[in-house]
Amino acid sequence: MNDGQRTAGPLPGRQPFRRNRARDLRERAVAGVLGLAAAIGIFTTLGIVVALGVDAAKFFSQVSVIDFLTDTKWTPLFSIKEYGILPLLTATLLTSAIALGIAVPLGLLAAIYLSEFASRRARDVIKPALEILAGVPTVVYGFFALVVVTPFLRNFVPGLSTFNSLSAGIVMGIMIIPLIASLSEDAMNAVPNALREGAFGLGATRAEVAVQVVVPAALSGIVAAVILALSRAVGETMIVAIAAGMNPTLTLDPRVPVETMTAYIVQVSLGDTPYGSLSYLTIFAVGAALFLLTFSMNVFSHWFVRRYREVYE
Amino acid sequence: MTPHVSTAARSLFSPSLAARRVRGAIIVVLGLLSVVVALGTLAFLVADVLGRGLPWLSWGFLTSFDSRFAARAGLKAALAGTAYMMVFTILIALPLGVMAAIYLEEYAKDNWLTQFIQINIANLAGVPSIIYGLLGLTFFVRWMELGRSVLAGAMTMALLVLPIIIVATREAIRAVPGSVRDASYALGATRSQTVWHHVLPYAFPGILTGNILAASRAIGETAPLVTLGALTYVPFVPENPLDRFTVLPIQIFNWTSKPQAEFHDLAAAGIIVLLAVLLLLNSVAIYLRQRLRRRY
Repeated sequence: MNDGQRTAGPLPGRQPFRRNRARDLRERAVAGVLGLAAAIGIFTTLGIVVALGVDAAKFFSQVSVIDFLTDTKWTPLFSIKEYGILPLLTATLLTSAIALGIAVPLGLLAAIYLSEFASRRARDVIKPALEILAGVPTVVYGFFALVVVTPFLRNFVPGLSTFNSLSAGIVMGIMIIPLIASLSEDAMNAVPNALREGAFGLGATRAEVAVQVVVPAALSGIVAAVILALSRAVGETMIVAIAAGMNPTLTLDPRVPVETMTAYIVQVSLGDTPYGSLSYLTIFAVGAALFLLTFSMNVFSHWFVRRYREVYE
Repeated sequence: MTPHVSTAARSLFSPSLAARRVRGAIIVVLGLLSVVVALGTLAFLVADVLGRGLPWLSWGFLTSFDSRFAARAGLKAALAGTAYMMVFTILIALPLGVMAAIYLEEYAKDNWLTQFIQINIANLAGVPSIIYGLLGLTFFVRWMELGRSVLAGAMTMALLVLPIIIVATREAIRAVPGSVRDASYALGATRSQTVWHHVLPYAFPGILTGNILAASRAIGETAPLVTLGALTYVPFVPENPLDRFTVLPIQIFNWTSKPQAEFHDLAAAGIIVLLAVLLLLNSVAIYLRQRLRRRY
C-alpha cells in the first residue's frame, strides 16, 4: 500500500523527467504523415472501385445486367449494338486455359526438378534465369507471338489465322512459367525434410519421394500458385491485344481471331470514342467485370493457402 | 490406420526396382526439359529479335522522330518520353512507398487496420495493370484534367509500382538489426530520429535496389498508358509535365500493329533498345546490391 504512494511522486533529490512538448508534437506529426502514406493503398483500392463503379453504374442504367451476362453478341462499336460480354469472357478464358495448359505442367516439372533434384549450383543459375522470363515486357511477348510463333505454327496447324488465341495463349504460358515454378518451389521447400527422410527410410526412390510425398504435402501452395497464374493470364493485356485479335466472336476454336476483355479495352482506347458515350462506358463495365474476376481469384488463392496449409511441427 | 499404411506402401513400392529407377529418370529428364523449353524460348526470342532488329539500329534510329516511312522512323520521342515519365514516376512513388514502408515496419501496431493495409497492398499487386489505366483515365486525365500528359502517366505508373517499392523497402528495413535501434534509443533519440539517422542509411541499398526494379517494371508497362491514350503520333519531345508523350513500349506496340514487315523489323529494333535499357537497369541493381551490402 505504502509502496504505491511512494512511486506516485518524483524521487527525492532528482529532477522529474520533463516531457518535451515540441518534440512530442513533431514525433506525432511524423507518425501521422507516414500513416497517411501507408493508407495510399487503401485510397488506390477505393479509387479503383469508384472509377470503375461510377461509369459501370452509368452503363448498367442503360443496359440491363441480364443482357450483359447472357447476350451472345458484343457489338458496341457497330451500328446494331449488342452488349453481351460472353464472347469477351470465353476468349479470355480460352487464351488463359491455353496458357495454363503450357505453364502448369512445365512450371510444376521445373519446380520439382529445382526443389528435389537440382544441385545447389544448378539452382543458383536456373532460378534467376527463369526470373528473366517474368521480367520481359509483355509487349515484347506480343510481338514474339504475332511475328514469330504464329507463322511457325502455321506449318503444323491448318487454318490458323494471323490473329489467334493459340499462339497468344502459348506465349502467355511461357511468360507465366516462372510464376508457377517459383511459387510451387517455395511450397515444396517448405515441406520438412523429416517427411522426405521418412519416405527414404521406407525405401522410396528420390522420384517417388518427390511425386508421392513432397508434391501432395505442398499441394495447397501449388494450387494457390496456379490460381494466381490464372488471374495473371486473365488480366494480361498486350500479348492478347497484339496476337489474339480484336474480333469478338463466341467460339472455342483456338485458330481464329477472338477478342479478350483486356483487348477490348485496348481497342476502344486506341480509337476516338467520345468521352461519356455509351461505348466509352463499356470499357468501365468490362473493366469492372475483369477486376471482380481477378480480385476474387486472388482472394480465393490467399484463402486457400491459409485454409489448406499443412502445418508441420 | 493399418489399411491406410498398407495401400500407401503398395503404391510406393512397385515390385521392379529397375522400373522405379526408370520412372525416376523420366521425371528428372522432364524437369530439365521444362527448364530447357522455357529458357530456350527466351534465347530464341532474343536471337530472333536481334536478327530482325540489328540491321535497323543506328544513331539516326535513336535520334529521329516516328515517321510513316520505316526508313526514317526513330525512337527520339519515345526515349525522351520514357525518361521523362520515369523521373516523375520515381519522384512520386519513391517517397510515398518508402514512407508507407517505414510506417508499416517501425510505427504500426499489430491491429486490424495494419492488417487491412497489408492485405490491401498484397491485393493491389495482383490487380491487372490495365485496371490502373482505367483508374488513371478517370481520376488523372478526366477529373484532375491533366489530359493525356506525362504527369498523368507518371501518377498512374507510380500507383502501379507502389506495392513493389513498399514490399522491397519493408524487407530492407526488416533486415536492419534491432540492436541498431536499441543503441539509438539508449542515447535518447526519438523514433523518427532513429529511423532517419540509423535505420534508413542501413536499409538504403535494399531500398535503392527495390526502386530500380520498380522502375524497370514501369518502363516495360504498356497497357495502362494505352488506356490513358498515350498511343498517338508524337513528333516532339515533351517539354513540360503537361505535354503529351509516348514511351518505348507504346512505340513498339504501334509498329507491331502495322501490317508491313519492315515496321515489324523496326519494332524488333525498338525491342533491342528496350531490353538493353532493362538489362542495364537490372545489372546496376545487382551491382549495387553486391557493392553496398553490409554485414552486421
